[in-house]
Amino acid sequence: MRELPYIAAIGEAIHQEMERDESVLYFGQNIATTDDDPYLKAFGSERVRVTPISETAEIGMAIGAAMAGYRPVVELYMAEFMLVAMDQVVNEANRFHYMTKGQVKVPVVLKAGYGFTAGWAGQHTGTIYGMFMGVPGLKVALPATPADAKGLMTAAIRDDNPVVFFHHYLLTLEHGDVPEGEHVVPLGQANVVREGGDVTIVALGYMLGQALEAAEQLAGEGVSAEVIDPRTLAPLDTATILASVEKTGRLVVVDQSTRHGSAAAVIAAEAASEGFSSLKAPVQLICALDATVPYSEPMEQYLLPDAAKIVAAVLESPVAA
Amino acid sequence: MPEFDRERLRWMYTQMLRIREFEERVKGTFEEHPGTIRGHTHLADGAEASIVGSLAALREDDQLLATYRCHGYPLVLGTDPKAIMAEIYGRRDGLCGGYGGSMHLTDVGRGFLGTSGIVGQGIPHATGAAYAAQIRGKGQVVLSFFGDGASKQGAFHESLNIASLWKLPIVFVMENNNYNVVTRVEQEDANAAAGEPLAVKAKAFSMPGETVDGGDPVAVHETVGAAVDRARSGEGPTLVESLVYRLSAHGNLIAPPGVPLHYPEHEAVAVFGNTEEYEAARRGDPVPRFRGRLVEDGTLSAEEADEIAERVRAEMQEAVDFALASPFPAAEEAVEYVYA
Repeated sequence: MRELPYIAAIGEAIHQEMERDESVLYFGQNIATTDDDPYLKAFGSERVRVTPISETAEIGMAIGAAMAGYRPVVELYMAEFMLVAMDQVVNEANRFHYMTKGQVKVPVVLKAGYGFTAGWAGQHTGTIYGMFMGVPGLKVALPATPADAKGLMTAAIRDDNPVVFFHHYLLTLEHGDVPEGEHVVPLGQANVVREGGDVTIVALGYMLGQALEAAEQLAGEGVSAEVIDPRTLAPLDTATILASVEKTGRLVVVDQSTRHGSAAAVIAAEAASEGFSSLKAPVQLICALDATVPYSEPMEQYLLPDAAKIVAAVLESPVAA
Repeated sequence: MPEFDRERLRWMYTQMLRIREFEERVKGTFEEHPGTIRGHTHLADGAEASIVGSLAALREDDQLLATYRCHGYPLVLGTDPKAIMAEIYGRRDGLCGGYGGSMHLTDVGRGFLGTSGIVGQGIPHATGAAYAAQIRGKGQVVLSFFGDGASKQGAFHESLNIASLWKLPIVFVMENNNYNVVTRVEQEDANAAAGEPLAVKAKAFSMPGETVDGGDPVAVHETVGAAVDRARSGEGPTLVESLVYRLSAHGNLIAPPGVPLHYPEHEAVAVFGNTEEYEAARRGDPVPRFRGRLVEDGTLSAEEADEIAERVRAEMQEAVDFALASPFPAAEEAVEYVYA
């Protein structure tokens, strides 16, 4: 084991999969524009290409190449750029296997950075994964650590379905242990990152770090928090979350999205619907406040969930006797 | 027609007739078996010559993608009309098991990779398949079929740009039938409004643009064939504007809730009151036109033409009978095939 930054872990997964499988392609915006690009050098200009800034064509062509037997990874840079080509993501890629009774497979990975809440203002900071988690046929990966970034990207490339791979921009240079060689984290398997008995905190993506910090502070207050990272939103490992809630009786879900567009709301609904008898207190949602992310730093930070908000929510929560 | 032998021409005529007869049977189903076809269907009558002329230019391992107006292509590729009709009737023995219906016919084994029901959005899929063909390096060519309306979509422009930039082995066949549902082409297309052919759009992407009489299968074959040869030799894509006139309305009437209704009159008549335009299109109907030409030049005798028609009628009657007799899928199969 050695340490790698999150973004390098993603890159290592793509590189290793391209080495392992000649059908893996990597194309998109602003990659491979010079001869010393590492992917270009390793795999050549047939399999690695810069595309024009044409999201509909990039994603649509990935779908077509996948139908024809390849496994493209599309570099989209920012998650919001998918919105330009939404039809391809939620009404094309995910439909063909079903509509053709399995004649066609669409193994495409859409690599999309999100949540760049570092002064990127209103249009490049969105946390939009919630929009994609209920789309039949689509899978959604949400790595929070360098190791999971590598393992989930590997699994996404090997999966026969379209996968949206959301990586958080503020994690880009975060270092962590990453296994060398082959490392696969199965899609649909949550990780219990910290065990505890008093409250379950489900933290999505970047919020995992905030939740772990909160759990540490809560321990000082005598509250033992269990922290779960679902790692993928589709499939969602509801069973692991419900098992934890059965143990703790309390659930807090932390999501950088705005509440009504959040994955947290869906997780809360699952807990209320399927785990009601376990709950000793209302499920708490800690989400971004309902506004466009502003440019100015104090306003930006005010909107977002953080460790302090998690701690406060847990301590103020009513607990049934 | 020196380069086409007698058999090839007779094959073309037969395929045109098969598409026509199939579409007539689909249309007839709305009245003969009300409720059998759900939702929206779109017919290829009027485009037979364009479809057959285009597909005649392909090699066996070439591929194509098309739109929701997709019944004609698989018929020519050799897909069993029984399976196509059963799909349109939503039955278990359908080409896609009832999961797709009229708008999403697909036969991967015959190179028919897919059909998008959203206007223009299949063009990048075809472009991606052409990228795959380029990487594979076996000389395969992809045909991308779409209508004139699709050329107003960003997907069209983005795809043609990349196809030309990367010299992809693809031919873009725009079936220009003059109408985007009920909007006439000169109401929505700057080239058409300026009196220019839509093929001039190719110029913006530095690729050849050709306009061809889509009612003449031999002319279509020559034009698409030259474009296919060009693509196969690595010179890149071509935009072919094939002028067709759909002889039916855009689709069957939609009357939710309940049973979809029969086909209304063509928009030229129903919306614009332009009976003369529609009657002229009828007079120029490519199917009898090609028959007349083949009979006149001795390729086909009138008796042989009648025999072909008889055979085709029987084939399509069998397709209807088969589809009507095919059971529905089990309801609980609806949750299968969500993920691969």
